[in-house]
Order: sequence, then C-alpha cells, then structure tokens
Amino acid sequence: MSARWATLIILAVIIGTIPWFFPSGFYFRVAALIWVTALAAVGLQILMGQAGQVSLGHAGFVGIGAYTMALGPKLLGLDVLLCLPLGAAIAGCVAFVVGRPILRLKGHYLAVATLGFGMLVTMVLVNEVALTGGPDGIRIPRPELLGWRIRGGETFYWITGGALLIGVWIALNLQASPSGRALAALHDSEVAARTVGIDVAAHKLRAFVIAAVYGSVAGGLLALMNGFVTPDAAGFLASIEYVTMVVIGGLASVPGAVVGAALLVLLPQTLTFLHEYEQAVIGLLIMLFMIFLRAGIVPGLAALLRRRPA
Amino acid sequence: MGAELLQFLVSGLTVGAVYALVALGFTLIYNASDVVNFAQGEFVMLGGMVTVFAVAAGLALPLAAALAILVAVAVGLLLHRLAIEPARGASAVTLIIITIGASIFLRGVAQIVFDKQFHQLPAFSGSDPILLAGAAILPQSFWVLGGAVLVFLGLFVFLEKTLLGKAVLATAANRLAARLVGVDTSFVLALSFGLSAAIGALAGILITPITLTSFDVGTMLALKGFAAAMLGGMGSPLGAVVGGLLLGLLESFAAGTISSAYKDAVAFVVILAVLFTMPQGLFGRRSVERV
Amino acid sequence: MTGRSDALLSAENIGISFGGLRALDGVGFAARAGEILAIIGPNGAGKTTLFNIVSGLYRATEGRITLDGKDVTQAPPHRLAALGLSRTFQNLQVFFRMTALENVMAGRHLREGSSLFADLFRLPRARRANAATRDAAMALLEEVGLADKAELPAGSLPYGALKRLEIARALATNPRVLLLDEPAAGCNPVETEEIDRLIAQVAARGVAVVLIEHDMKLVMRISRHVVVLNQGRMLAEGTPEQVRTNPEVIAAYLGTHGVKEASLA
Repeated sequence: MSARWATLIILAVIIGTIPWFFPSGFYFRVAALIWVTALAAVGLQILMGQAGQVSLGHAGFVGIGAYTMALGPKLLGLDVLLCLPLGAAIAGCVAFVVGRPILRLKGHYLAVATLGFGMLVTMVLVNEVALTGGPDGIRIPRPELLGWRIRGGETFYWITGGALLIGVWIALNLQASPSGRALAALHDSEVAARTVGIDVAAHKLRAFVIAAVYGSVAGGLLALMNGFVTPDAAGFLASIEYVTMVVIGGLASVPGAVVGAALLVLLPQTLTFLHEYEQAVIGLLIMLFMIFLRAGIVPGLAALLRRRPA
Repeated sequence: MGAELLQFLVSGLTVGAVYALVALGFTLIYNASDVVNFAQGEFVMLGGMVTVFAVAAGLALPLAAALAILVAVAVGLLLHRLAIEPARGASAVTLIIITIGASIFLRGVAQIVFDKQFHQLPAFSGSDPILLAGAAILPQSFWVLGGAVLVFLGLFVFLEKTLLGKAVLATAANRLAARLVGVDTSFVLALSFGLSAAIGALAGILITPITLTSFDVGTMLALKGFAAAMLGGMGSPLGAVVGGLLLGLLESFAAGTISSAYKDAVAFVVILAVLFTMPQGLFGRRSVERV
Repeated sequence: MTGRSDALLSAENIGISFGGLRALDGVGFAARAGEILAIIGPNGAGKTTLFNIVSGLYRATEGRITLDGKDVTQAPPHRLAALGLSRTFQNLQVFFRMTALENVMAGRHLREGSSLFADLFRLPRARRANAATRDAAMALLEEVGLADKAELPAGSLPYGALKRLEIARALATNPRVLLLDEPAAGCNPVETEEIDRLIAQVAARGVAVVLIEHDMKLVMRISRHVVVLNQGRMLAEGTPEQVRTNPEVIAAYLGTHGVKEASLA
C-alpha cells in the first residue's frame, strides 16, 4: 500500500471513529473547526511546502471565502450554498490576477507582498462597514438543502471532515503527479527547472490559485458553521497561524499540515485551564516543537521511528 | 497648506523613525543569521512597558529607561541562547517560526507580569505643542527623532570604525568566509540580538508618550518594521532607515490627504509598486543569478 | 565558421556586459547534429556565461542565436527546452530534495501528456503519464549507470554521480542540442571514461553536443571542432589539432611565462 493511501485511510478512520469518544456535542464543534482549519492549511502546504513560495496573506483568501457566504445572499440574493463555489471562483480569480506580479518576488520580498495583500483584504473588510458590517462582523444565512436545514455541530463535523478528506486526497494526488513534480523541481532549483522546460512563473501561479481556492472553501465552511464572520478570519495573525501550522507539522508533508492545524486549534482549547498563562505556554510549545523537531512533527517523528528498529 | 504639510512631515518622520529603528533591528539579526526575527516588536513593547511600570514604582525616568533597555537586552540574549542557538543549522523558516513562538511567548508573559491595559508615559519635556511655521509639533517628536539619529550615527560608527563592527559586517557579507578568517559568528549573532533588543527598547521608550503602549503593541510594529526593511532592501542598514522613514511619511500623508482608514493600504500599495520595479528593495543587493 | 546553414544551433557575435564589465564580446559558434563541439579557455574566459546566454538564462546585450533556423535570441529557457535545447551545470543544479529517479522524471516534464486537472484528480491520464515517465527515467538512469541509486535522495549521492544524474536529466528532455558544462570535472579517470563514452553515444544518436571542458585529453579525444575563448573573446577555433598547435592558445593557457618555459625545455 502506498504512503498516499495509508495517509488517506488513517485520516478517514480518525474522522470516522473519534466521534465515539466525544463526551459531549461541544466536541463536534471543536473537531469541525480543526477540519476546516486543516483544509486551509493543506492549501498553504501546496504553496509553501510543495512549491516553496511563502505567503503571509493566506487568511486573505479565507476571508474572501467567508465573506462571500454573507455577501452573496445579501447583494445578489443567491442561495448561501451556491456561494461556496462562487467564493472559490472569486478567490481563484483574485489569486490569478494578484499572483502574476507578486510571484515574481522571492523569499522575504514575496512574504511582504503577500502580507500586503492580506492587509488590503482585512482593511476593506474592516472599513467598508455598510457592506461588511465592519469590525463587528456579519451574519451568514442558515443554509438549506432541499428543504432540510443544515445545522448542528454533528452535521458540520461530517461536512468539514468530508471536505478535508477530499482536500487531502487532491493535495496528495498533486504531490505525486507531473504537475507536483514541476512544483518540487522549481522549489529546489528554479534555474534547473526552467532548463528542463518547466514554465516556472505559470506553475507558481497555479499553486497560488490552488492554495487560494482551498483557503476560500475553508473560509466558506467556517462561516457557514459559525453563522457569523469577522475580519479577524482574514487578519495577519490568522495568516501567521496558517504558516505556523504548515511549518510545525512539517513543510514537506500534506498530513503534516493537518497535524499542525490540529495542534494549533487544540492548544488554546485544552490550555484554557491555564488562564492567563495560556499564551505564554502556547508560545513556549511552538518554540520547543521547532527546536526539537526541526523538519516538523510528521517528518520528524517518521525519522525517529525509522531510526529505532521495530 | 504649508503648515499642514509640515505637520504631516513631522508626524510621518516621528512614526517613521520608530519603524526605522524596528527595521534596523530586523536587519542586524537578518545579516547575522538570515532569520527574520518576528519577536522584534516585543523588544519595543518591553522598552515601553518596563519603563512605564518602573516609573510607576517610583524610579526616575532615566533610570527606568535604562532598566527597560537592560531587560530587553537580557531577553534578547536569552532568546538567542535558549531558542536560536539550540536550533543552529535548522532552516531559516524553522528559525522564523521559533521567533514567532517567542513573540507569542513574550506577549503572554507580558500580560501576566504587567497587565492588559494601555499605558502612557509622561512626555519627557512637557506636552505643550511647539508652534513652528503654523504647525503644532509635540516636543516628544524631537526626542524620537533625536534618539533615532543618535542610534543611526552610533551604529554607523560602530560598524565602520570598530573591529567588532567590521566583524559584524563581514558576517553579513559572507558568513562562511567570516568564520574562516576567525570571526566568531555565533558571538556576532548574540551581539546582534542584544543590539537589536536595545534599539527596539529605545524606540519603545521614546514613542510611548505619544502612542501609548500595551502588551500587544509589538505585532503591528514588527509588521511595519518588516515591511520597511523590505522596502529599503533586506540586509541594508541604510535601506532600513530610509524604508522606515518613507513608510512613516507615506502613512502620514495618506492619512492626511486620502483616508486615515486606508493609510496602511496606501503604504502597502506603494511598497508593492516599488518591489515590482525593484524586486530587491531600494538599497538591496542586486543579484545576477549565478549558475 | 559561424552561421553555417547546416548548423542546428548557432550563436553569432554574442556580447554581454555586467555593470560596465565586458564579459563577452563578438563570440560565436555553430553546432551541427551528431557532432561534438568543445568550448575551451582559461578560467574567467566567459564559457559558462556563453552557456547561460545560449540556454536563455541571461539576455545577451547583442548577437543572435538560432536554433534549427529559428531566431531564439529572446526565448526564455523553458521555451528553448521545448525547442530541443537542454543543458547541465558546472555548479550542480540538482533537485536535492528529490530522489535520483525523481530528478530524471522532472526532466521528462515536456513529454508528459497530462494536465493539471488530471493531476489533481488522479485521472487515468495522469497515472499513465506518471508510469511512462518513470519507465523512461529509469532507462536513462540505467544508461548513465545510476539505476541502483534510483530511490536514494539526490542529496546523498557523491559528486561524480550527480554529474551523471544531471546528464540523465538533460537527456530526459529528448534534446536535439545538449550543452554540457564541465561534465567530467571532479570525476576520477574511470568515471571520466564513462562520461566520455556516454557523450559519444549521445552524439551518435544525432544530438548536437556542445561541451565546456577542462580535461584536454577528453576534449582532444572526442570533439570534432574546438572553440577557444579568452577574456570574453574568440581566441581561436578549428580542429583539435589546429587548436593544440596554435601559439596563441598555448600562450593563453600557460601564460607567456609558461611559453618561455616551454620553449626553453
């Protein structure tokens, strides 16, 4: 069995069985939050881990997806469920237009440009109060499918879990495909990639658009789940969190992004008993993980397991 | 109209000077290690907060300021010793995430040790605005600008005229070569952390009477300082200063003439425009791809 | 010599400056199908710069490059690769995070009949492309003698193996013109001989091979035509024999001091 199938099966088993251990309905909400966050992180893994292009503005696309869920019904009278693909299309188009000039930049310069993009999105969301509700956020209509109202933590658990599974499947497909190889190649050496015929600019742009679509779908699901969205979803801190998730889980690893997302969503939830010490402990843990598992949790643990004879 | 422009100019330069100091901090550590230290803003926060609480505890302002700088330097050195040094050899992105962790950690500690309130320091020499050609200028602005100029000059003399400074420059230019000629690059990195912390703390002390401080002011400042450093060209101290001042001016004029809500947007659009035409920033090293 | 009508790749009157420094001036060569052309010259002569221009990485300040009669002076590297030009690098540009096999597979990029859509959803088309690429890459590893190292991370291979890996990757593009930048540098005599044979094989298939090499024995043995550069200019060109006996070439290589010594000996 390939590592690809193993990853998918393990993830499916986890999603399918952990509800048995939930002591209360609240846990469905937390787990669903992990799955959507992980979906956004997997998108960023394609861009950062596979193509090697930094983005400090990933949350901007999450915000586009989330706000489309509110603005589509409000402005265009669209069904809220239709707004999920609409948000993905908008995010993809924005990424296509913005990515073209931005992706010519490299390394930290690319980081600052994507940071700027994220800031612009947040600023519009905060300042266009009449349209977006400003800093207080905006409501999302309750979705309905064939007369059935979609609601409740459990329902969203299965929707987001399914979405994540599809997202991971696609990311793993890409990684093992000709297109994924082109991304890995330009990640390692742009010069060599160009001389074997890889159109580096076009492939970077593809990765950027794919990441944006992931972010947007995740944002849309998040908004649907919460029934509400604020500009924080698109903010700089959220972008930094996505980057941290991808790196801490293991840049090169698709499941790493899921593990990183789970960790960063769970930490604040489980450390609430620490009260005011919570933030300090989270910061400390991030540092410790990175010091001791430099390549990230998933590759780091895999290496440890390999070293120890079974 | 002239008075208004002067007003924008001074307030832009004042904020810009702080950005420039943060950007300088980024540059020093980046040159010694390729690490973008996202905890840079927390040094600024420490400068302001320690001074505020030391003054409240009865310490005279100069002593409180000195104490704040000492605390920040100690934190900077500890950060290097306990978090960066143990991860030596890790990739730059791993180290950057460590500094992000450090930034969250320091913010968390600050809200325990201090509190979550906003705090102000009294202006160093009164808060009566000085009228200059029709513009009302806070005396504290002169403290900020003066302090920044002193740091720029001090740093210039240190880098250009002292042996240790030359070791820092050599490390920036080529780490391996510097090590080969006997520069202790690990010491240079520790020094860079200490120096960056001191510069950041000073910025925090000088600006607090104007902008207030709290445990979480560092994030926004780090972000702006980073943007300024990139605008100037990462790795160039001159670029950091020019980038910082330019960013402050852009924000100030955008706020005054276009929209205060979108001042950051204007600033970022300009930064993007600059980077599209000069992908290495204003003073960054231009590199031909060597293969 | 340049601009011969039967040339597959020809560079005419190439010049480039870096910040006022004249790195190349009036340099040219013509490579024909099935022939091995060597470019030699002392360090700093501009050989690699010439390769960088011909392969589209640098833009020449003046001059004209044609590939199979088409003007490709302004073409970017990936377009040139599509037109049949491939190369290796003096300072290795291996994909270090990939395995040896994946490196060569990446070289098949242009020959893979897949699409992004098929790749994302792992459609049969993508799977077929992957399998075909793997087979072709494996055959090439076989050819350069690295088949047993296929699954090893490229980063773990020794220098000589990486040199051959780059050649395999370049061959994976099915080039009609192959530029090799010091393929035998850092290789032991046995490896050098293997590379020597490999280059001859490739040329025998009808590929135009252009070679930068310091190993004079190798150059003299396998190349049909030699171009000598010195300080960015053409110093001489001709058959290996003509070049070897050219006094200017000897002077450039050994220095005028060396010539004196040589004449005294």
